[in-house]
Amino acid sequence: MADRILMKGNEAIAEAAIRAGCRHYFGYPITPQTEIAAYMAKKMPKIGGVFLQAESEIASINMVYGAAAAGMRVMTSSSSPGVSLKAEGLSYIAGSDVPALVVNVQRGGPGLGGIQPSQSDYFQATKGGGHGDYRMIVLAPASVQEMASLTIKGFDLADKYCITSMILADGTIGQMMEPITFEDTEIKTYEKPWALTGTGCARKHNIINSLYLKPDELEKKNFERYEKYKEIEKNEAMWEEYMMDDAEVCVVAFGITSRVAKNAVLTARKEGIKAGLIRPITLWPFPNAPFEAAADKVKAFISAELSMGQMIEDIKLATKCKKPVTLCNRCGGMILAPDEILDAIRNAEKGELA
Amino acid sequence: MKTTEILIAGFGGQGILFSGKFLAYKGLMEELQVSWLPSYGPEMRGGTANCNVILSDTPVGSPIITTPDVLIAMNLPSLQKYVNTVRCGGQIYIDSSLINIKVERNDVEVFYIPVTQMAKDEGIGSLANMIIVGHLLENHPELSFDGASEVVENLVPPKKAALKELNMKALSLGKNYNK
Amino acid sequence: MAVVFEKPKSLTDVPFHYCPGCPHGIIHRLVAEVIDELGIEGTAIGVAPVGCAVMAYDYFACDMIEAPHGRAPAVATGIKRCRPENVVFTYQGDGDLASIGMAETVHSAARNENITVIFVNNAIYGMTGGQMAPTSLPGQVTQTSPYGRDVNHCGWPIRVSEMLATLEGPEYVARVAVNNVKNVKNAKKVIKKAFENQIAGKGFSLVEVVSACPTNWGMTPKAALEWVESDMLPYYPIGVYKDRSAGEEK
Repeated sequence: MADRILMKGNEAIAEAAIRAGCRHYFGYPITPQTEIAAYMAKKMPKIGGVFLQAESEIASINMVYGAAAAGMRVMTSSSSPGVSLKAEGLSYIAGSDVPALVVNVQRGGPGLGGIQPSQSDYFQATKGGGHGDYRMIVLAPASVQEMASLTIKGFDLADKYCITSMILADGTIGQMMEPITFEDTEIKTYEKPWALTGTGCARKHNIINSLYLKPDELEKKNFERYEKYKEIEKNEAMWEEYMMDDAEVCVVAFGITSRVAKNAVLTARKEGIKAGLIRPITLWPFPNAPFEAAADKVKAFISAELSMGQMIEDIKLATKCKKPVTLCNRCGGMILAPDEILDAIRNAEKGELA
Repeated sequence: MKTTEILIAGFGGQGILFSGKFLAYKGLMEELQVSWLPSYGPEMRGGTANCNVILSDTPVGSPIITTPDVLIAMNLPSLQKYVNTVRCGGQIYIDSSLINIKVERNDVEVFYIPVTQMAKDEGIGSLANMIIVGHLLENHPELSFDGASEVVENLVPPKKAALKELNMKALSLGKNYNK
Repeated sequence: MAVVFEKPKSLTDVPFHYCPGCPHGIIHRLVAEVIDELGIEGTAIGVAPVGCAVMAYDYFACDMIEAPHGRAPAVATGIKRCRPENVVFTYQGDGDLASIGMAETVHSAARNENITVIFVNNAIYGMTGGQMAPTSLPGQVTQTSPYGRDVNHCGWPIRVSEMLATLEGPEYVARVAVNNVKNVKNAKKVIKKAFENQIAGKGFSLVEVVSACPTNWGMTPKAALEWVESDMLPYYPIGVYKDRSAGEEK
C-alpha cells in the first residue's frame, strides 16, 4: 500500500491535478479555496507548468478557455461568488465543446454571503449557471481522498467527452485534513485533433467557436451535444449506498453532509430503525438507478443538504414522487448535526413527515 | 471500536491549529483513522480559533465534533462555550493561568494546568498549547509519547529548526506535570 | 498572364460580411499580408472578438477561436502560456477592448503578455446597430446618445493607446489609421512590427487602428474617411506611444 499522508482537501485537489497531467492553472484568490492556488503557485514553476493569478475570475476562466482550446489539461478553482463570475466562460466552454476542470469549494450565499461551508450552488452546478442549454459533469467529493480521486477522474471525463467537469466541494472538505494515498493511477491521454496548435500549413484551420447565427445549425449542434450528454447519463453516474439493503428510511446526502448522515444512520440503526443512505457522487448525471430501486422499498426519503432544498427536486424526479421526500437542511454556512438528521429519520420512521 | 474526538479551542495565535495537527499526525503514525478540521476565516487573525481532531480505529464519519471526548480550552470564552458539550466521562484540559474558574460538572475529568505561566517561566512563551498536548499524550495510551519527536520533525519547517527542540521541551513539561 | 494582385494566403475564400465601405476588410488584409510576409501562417492562432469582427474566425486561414465579449486577451493569454512557440493575436473592436474588456486589456498589457493585439477603433458599436462606444467623440450622435455624447452625463472617450503607454508593462503601443493610402502603408508597417515583437519574444504589442463605420455614422464611405481625418484623428493622433526597444536594433 502506498504511504498515507495528511493533506488538506484543497491541497489534495491541486496535487491530484498535477498528477493527472495538468500543467496550467489560472485562478483568483477567494476563501475557502485559496490553498489550491497557493499550492499551484509553489509547484507549477518547478515542474515546467504555469500558474497565473488572473485579474479576475472572468479572466481566469477565459484563460482556461484558451488553454483548453490549445489542447492542454487546464483548471481553475474558486468559491461560490467567484463561480458566478465564471458562469459566462463556462457557457462558452460548453458551447465550444472543449474540456476543462473547474473547482467550486462552496460557501454560503447568495450575494457575498459568508465564508463557511455550504451546498447551495447545487442548482448553479447541475442546472446551468451560465446561459443556454448545457451540462457539466458535477462530482461531489466527501473526503480528502475523493478530492484527489475525483479530480483525476474529472480530468479524464472532461477529455473523454470534451466537457467541463466540476468538482463541487465545500469549505469543510476543502479545509479539513485527512490521510490520503496517491496510488499510481494510470493517466489516460486523448487525441485532440480539434485543438489550436497552428495549422503547420498542413491542414485546414481549426476553429473553436460557439457562435451559430443560423438557428437550424445551432439547434442541430445542441441536439448533437445532448446525444453526448445521454451517453454520459448512461455511463458515468456514480453513487454510494450505505446500509440500504433492508432500509425503510433513506437519507440522501452528498459531500460533507453525507458523512454527518452516516453518523445519524448508524445511531438510528442502534435504536432499531432501519435507516440507510444513498450518496450521489455525480450530481450530474444524477444517479437515478438506486432511487428507482429504493422507491419501491423504503417508506420515505430525507434530503439532507446545506441549502434551502435544491437536490430534493432531483430526488423527487428520480423517485417519480412514489414516496414522500422531506427536507432536512441548514444553510448560510451552518452545518447539519447528526442529531438533526437523526430526528428526521425518527419522524420518517413514525410516518410523521414535516 | 474506539473513537476519540478532541476539540481544541482558544485565541488565534495560541497554536490551536498546530497542536491539532500534531495530534492528527500522531494518530496517523499510530495507524489510526484521523481527521483534522480547522475553523477558518477572519476569526483566525486574532479572534477565536478552534480545531476538531478525530482519531479512530474505524473510518471517520462526520469530521465535525458536536460532543467531544476531550476539550482543550485555552481561554475562558472557549471553556464557557464548549464545557457542556463534552461527553459524560470525557476530559477537559484547561489553561489555568488564563482561566480562573472551575468546571462545575462532576461527570468529567478535569486537568487544570497553568501552561501559559509554565511556558513563560521556561522561555517557550508561544508553546503553552504543546504543554497541554504533552499531558494529554500521557493520558491516552492509544497515542503514547513514543515517536512524538518524529511528529515534531515532520511538522516544524526546516527554516525553524530551533523550534523542534522547544516543542519537545514543551511536550516533556506536560508529560511530567504533577509527577 | 502575370498576377499583379492576389489574396493573401492567410485569408480564406469566405466572402467578408462587412458593410460596403467598411475598413475591416482593409485591416484584415493588412494582418493577413503581415502573417504571409513573416511566414507564420502555420503557427499563428487568432482570437476573434464579439462585435463586427466576430466571424473573423471564418476569414483568417490560421487556427482561430472566438472569445466572449472583451475576453480575447485572457483567451490569448491561455493559449500563449500553453503554446509559447505559436504566434497569438487578438482582433478586437472598441466596445470589446475598451469597454467590457478593459480589465483584460490593461492586465494583459501590464503582464507584458507576449501577444499581438489589433484594436479597431471606429468610435461606435457596429454589430448591434450603432450605439455609443467608449471611444465615441464628445457630441457624437449615436443610437444611445441621440442628442450627442454629453461628457457631463456619460464621461469622456478613452484614449487607449495613451493610457496603456503609461504602464510599465507593454512593449509596444501605437496608433495608426486606414483612411488614406499613406496611412494604410504606415499601418501595415506598424502591424508588422507588432508581430515581429512577439516573434522576438519582446512582449505585449498593441496597434490601435482608427477606422470608420459609414453605415452607423450615417455617411458615405468617402465622407466617413474624411470625418476620420477631420474629427477622429485630432482626438486620436497617429503615433508610436510606447516602444521599449526603440533604437535597440539598427
